[in-house]
Amino acid sequence: MAAPRAFLHLGAREWHGRARGTHSMSGLATPDSNREKKRTLLQFLSDHFHDVQTLREYLLQKQISKVSMENRSYRKIQERYGPYITGAQFILKQGGAVKFQGRDWIRPNDRGHSIAELQKVPVEAVDASGCAINYQGLSNLLPLKELQFLSLQRCPNLDDWCLSRLYLLAGSLQELSLAGCPRISERGLACLHHLQNLRRLDISDLPAVSHPGLTQILVEEMLPHCEVLGVDWAKSLKLGPDDQPPDTSSPLSS
Amino acid sequence: MFRKVLRLGLCPGLPTRGLRTRTGGFTLDWDTKVSDFKKKIESILPGKQCEMVYDTSHLPPEQSDVVIIGGGILGLSVAFWLKKLESRRGAMQVLVVEQDHTYSRASSTGPSVGGIWQQFSVPENVQLSLFSINFLRNINEYLAVVDAPPVELRFNPSGCLLLASEKDAATLESNVRMQRQEGAKVCLMSPEQMQNKFPWMNAEGVALASYGLENEGWFDAWSLLQGLRRKVQSMGVFFCQGEVTRFITSSNQMETPTGEQVVLRRINNVHVKMDKSLEYQPVECAVVVNAAGAWSGQIAELAGIGKGLPGTLQGTKLPVEPRKRYVHLWHCPQGPGLETPLVADISGVYFRREGLGSNYLGGCSPTEEEEPDPTNLEVDHDFFQNKVWPHLVQRVPSFKTLKVQSAWAGYYDYNTFDQNGVVGPHPLVVNMYFATGFSGRGLQHAPGIGRAVAEMILEGHFKTIDMSPFLFTRFYLGEKLQEHNIL
Repeated sequence: MAAPRAFLHLGAREWHGRARGTHSMSGLATPDSNREKKRTLLQFLSDHFHDVQTLREYLLQKQISKVSMENRSYRKIQERYGPYITGAQFILKQGGAVKFQGRDWIRPNDRGHSIAELQKVPVEAVDASGCAINYQGLSNLLPLKELQFLSLQRCPNLDDWCLSRLYLLAGSLQELSLAGCPRISERGLACLHHLQNLRRLDISDLPAVSHPGLTQILVEEMLPHCEVLGVDWAKSLKLGPDDQPPDTSSPLSS
Repeated sequence: MFRKVLRLGLCPGLPTRGLRTRTGGFTLDWDTKVSDFKKKIESILPGKQCEMVYDTSHLPPEQSDVVIIGGGILGLSVAFWLKKLESRRGAMQVLVVEQDHTYSRASSTGPSVGGIWQQFSVPENVQLSLFSINFLRNINEYLAVVDAPPVELRFNPSGCLLLASEKDAATLESNVRMQRQEGAKVCLMSPEQMQNKFPWMNAEGVALASYGLENEGWFDAWSLLQGLRRKVQSMGVFFCQGEVTRFITSSNQMETPTGEQVVLRRINNVHVKMDKSLEYQPVECAVVVNAAGAWSGQIAELAGIGKGLPGTLQGTKLPVEPRKRYVHLWHCPQGPGLETPLVADISGVYFRREGLGSNYLGGCSPTEEEEPDPTNLEVDHDFFQNKVWPHLVQRVPSFKTLKVQSAWAGYYDYNTFDQNGVVGPHPLVVNMYFATGFSGRGLQHAPGIGRAVAEMILEGHFKTIDMSPFLFTRFYLGEKLQEHNIL
């Protein structure tokens, strides 16, 4: 009985590594994930053994559940402390930063900071760069009615569906940054026409946008009062329209 | 060692019993094996030409628990949910019989612009759309296949804008109230608000507009179809390209509580004729799902539905027939911009943006007098010139300079009774189930419809969405489901 157990153990270790690399939903938009891969040992085993296939599907479901757990609803905190503390706690838990009205930025590493006393103070800025926020997790942010600044740079799970929910912040949002999100395409940017108070929008370095220059022109027409940061025109003239220069400027003010 | 094996075998909680081999699909390397088998036979009996064994991989199996007639989006959805809701993996054998694997005559994907919205008059239709939008949003949780690329729907969440004239404004207002109760994110707009939001639109004749802020838009129907097909194949569903020509049924004379004599029928065999061939194969089955789209009426007629005295339940036909619909693609450089929603005008004309290059898709449903001939799929270009374009220009003046680039035609599975779908079993042919007749909304409602039919087959009643108003008996009882704003 030792041999099958060792075999499963060895396979589990390898599958875990592969699951992290090849089954990530954030790889949806990258060309590598769609390239035809060679037939591997794992594929051979999956075709011939039920248990291998079941285990791989289980690992895939486990990864989906992990993202879902990170974006779970904070209902108890909402009932006890209100929407501002809920939104702030959600962002800080994910490694982002929040700024309450009249106060400095609060980051997860800050010690001695208790946000429980800020129950009545509105949240005016959120930096969720690099967070695992998705459609479900956005529910914790949408009740922030005084939110003016929102940075969602390099969020791997942010997609076009999420942008269609931002109309709930249309009354207050003035600055929005979506730079570096791999799953946002021009179809989601079309929803931003609800945000008529927007003054600054960063849509640079979006690999899923098929025509970045044309998209920027169309977004500028759609939001005439907004400054749109997108393609670097001088660089694009040299590199060509399909090359995307890395965005070094950051809209973070502090 | 022996004790370990014994304990492992006796453990009741163990889900699997060690590693088991699986030969994969029965078509895997089948032709090679048959060829090898023939060679071995010839080597054993060198003097005799062996013709006993021939390739039957193109034939359907001789037995199947469920036979789904029609491999379109509705048939695939029923197959998916049957497999997903089955009690044990591999517990149910499902066969999908499709006549045309290129889907050139598909009822739901052919004439569709890929729209999805929740702005209906019937609450069940709103629930179906909300179920579908949740399915599409989590498409890769439902349809993910290990080692295959994810399904990319290319969803455009730009919303759907419904315009109403003075006489329809009250209906639209009450509809939106019901839609909000069902959970849809729909807002009402006055003509002035609409003009502010969409300055390129002429608000003349519009009294009220409803606009979907979330969960409405359009997507790539083909990607959903192919993703669903790939998933159900990986779940073990058999596919067969052929035509259903006959049903072998058995009858039982029954008496109702009121003393009326009725004949209950049960389908025992489905005869499947192969494509471009006279060869056919009987398939013994327990359940037949009629998801043949525009041709569902003919399939129902083969099963004897409607063969009886007019006015009786036995004489009630399935009122689904093919109707031809056109979709036009035009180019207009001065047309509406990136924020363009899917617009449904008071005149019945609809359009949406297509891509980034000032292209637009749209069309119009003809009136009963103008219904085109459904025997072919030729496009009547005068229809756009005379019936669609004048209304387009009136609503969007910049469309005066549009140029039609292409057009195509497709079939609706048109329900002549009330233009709503038929879901669930037939009351007299007791093992035939319907998933058809959605009159152009089959694409956006397919996930919810498939689940409803699967629940009815497996559990005997609806669980997720109660589709009782969509049962077949309403044709006999004359209860129409009124759905206004039909696109």
